[in-house]
Amino acid sequence: MAIKVKIVDRPVEDVSYVRAMFKGMGLTIKHMFDVTNRATIQYPEEKAPISPRWRGTHRMLTTETGKARCVACGLCPTVCPANCIKLVPGEDEEGNRYPLVFEIDEFRCIFCGYCQEVCPEEAIHVGRHYENSEYSREGFVYDLQRLMDQTHPVCEMWDPEDPKGQ
Amino acid sequence: MSVTHMVPALLQAIDPNNTPVQGMPFFLFTVLKMLVIFTVYMVGVAMLTLAERKISAWIQDRHGPNRVGKGWLQPAADGLKNFMKEETMPAGVNKPIFVLAPILSFIPALTAWCVIPFGAPVATRWGRVDLVVADLPVGFLFILAITSLGVYGIVLAGWSSNNKYALLGGLRSSAQMVSYEISMGMSTIPVILLAGNVSLNSIINQQAWGGWNVINLTVAFFIFMVAAFAETNRLPFDLPEAESELIAGYHTEYSAMKFSLFFIAEYASMVTASALMATLFFGGWDVPFTGHDNIGPYSGWLSLLSVFIFLAKILFFLFVFMWIRWTLPRFRYDQLMSLGWKVLLPLALVYIVLIAAVLLGLMAAGIGPGAYQVAILGSINVILIIVLFGMFDRGRIISPAYGRMHPREIERLRRLDRRPRVAAEVTR
Repeated sequence: MAIKVKIVDRPVEDVSYVRAMFKGMGLTIKHMFDVTNRATIQYPEEKAPISPRWRGTHRMLTTETGKARCVACGLCPTVCPANCIKLVPGEDEEGNRYPLVFEIDEFRCIFCGYCQEVCPEEAIHVGRHYENSEYSREGFVYDLQRLMDQTHPVCEMWDPEDPKGQ
Repeated sequence: MSVTHMVPALLQAIDPNNTPVQGMPFFLFTVLKMLVIFTVYMVGVAMLTLAERKISAWIQDRHGPNRVGKGWLQPAADGLKNFMKEETMPAGVNKPIFVLAPILSFIPALTAWCVIPFGAPVATRWGRVDLVVADLPVGFLFILAITSLGVYGIVLAGWSSNNKYALLGGLRSSAQMVSYEISMGMSTIPVILLAGNVSLNSIINQQAWGGWNVINLTVAFFIFMVAAFAETNRLPFDLPEAESELIAGYHTEYSAMKFSLFFIAEYASMVTASALMATLFFGGWDVPFTGHDNIGPYSGWLSLLSVFIFLAKILFFLFVFMWIRWTLPRFRYDQLMSLGWKVLLPLALVYIVLIAAVLLGLMAAGIGPGAYQVAILGSINVILIIVLFGMFDRGRIISPAYGRMHPREIERLRRLDRRPRVAAEVTR
């Protein structure tokens, strides 16, 4: 087999070993004593900042009386591309509509945020939250009570200071 | 010996500071020293694993282990884990050798410590206790003999594992350690020339009076340091375990405490190498800028101080070991071999001749150990170091792949490239 070696003749500055070695050692020791610039985030105690537009698991906002703001208009299950929202509307004596059943299967959800965008009552929101763990798959089907119990901050669909996302 | 020499010698003989302990107290003190050394050494090695992880973390802008007892109990947790883990025994291993290998790699590093003096002698009511487990008259030769045994553990581990990576690691290790052992031994001959004795105590005493050998013999120190890195299989010479090439090299097939023993052995030999560098070139336990610590009367505080000084020197070298490990990339195998055989060995040999000639000249000129000798040897070394580093820096000697080549060599390679193809190559 023919040896095809590219032969380059580089200047001394590029191939020096001793200078490069000392330079490298200087760099590493500089980083070693640079205590203020550690890249690690001590995760459970401190968390990385997440975007105000982060779309995580849902949260249902409530009225002052503690009821869900949802009026069971049916827009969110209609717009949902993953078909993960199950809504059965009900109506009370005064003719106010409310959800009898409101379930979101978080495993089916693709976190597009359309439900929050389409909601006329600003009831359903995607949350700025990413720690989800359950002991069973059923646990990820969030019912209305579960959605109302969530306390995490919710997604701002756009940054108020930069509405066009620039 | 003239009378003027004999009188102080006689006076010294009756001085309790200069009468070594004998009989039963000697035995008890020796056992005590062994226990203390063993304990401190093993705990120190365990803490070194933590230090390595911490230093690597800091160099890489991380925090390092800080969960188990704020990080301080990490070595204990690691040890517990290693005790609990399953001992795997792959098919086709040579069982007795497979079990023997970790032990063989660990013991030499530990044994070398029994001749290294770690502090100024202590005067007790039973006599003078030297702070060294065994003050062998052949101290340094003993260390050379024992540390070179370390290669057996690695080679046997590689061979008995019945694994190609392990075998390659073992082979590399044997070639590497045998090559660098020679330079290591040669680099210490100037030290012995200066001290006129191979006992480590006399080498330390010579440095206390005649200046540290790092000034007298800087070049030898550099050779020794590079060889020590290669001997301990540390980066940039960690070819025996080269992760990216050989999985884990010679200890690929080892698990649990047997693996841990290799790990401990690596750190133990690091400590030994650091202690040797401190002893041979940085005055051992000699307290810097003082002369009175090497003669009696010895006090407990002085001995304690000298022990701490020695520890500080060892820790400094251990830090250098780690610092270099997390900075420099691994050598290629041919670079390793050419550095060992074509650079370090001839350099060490030339240096021996040079130092011997200079010492002979100084002796003829009537300059004994002292400031003048240090100045002369030191200035020779400064010149040598400048010349040597300049030569290394040209990139020809260590020859990286992109290294600067001699024009003649470039012409040869180009001619090779232009040569007419043989038939087989053309058809392909």
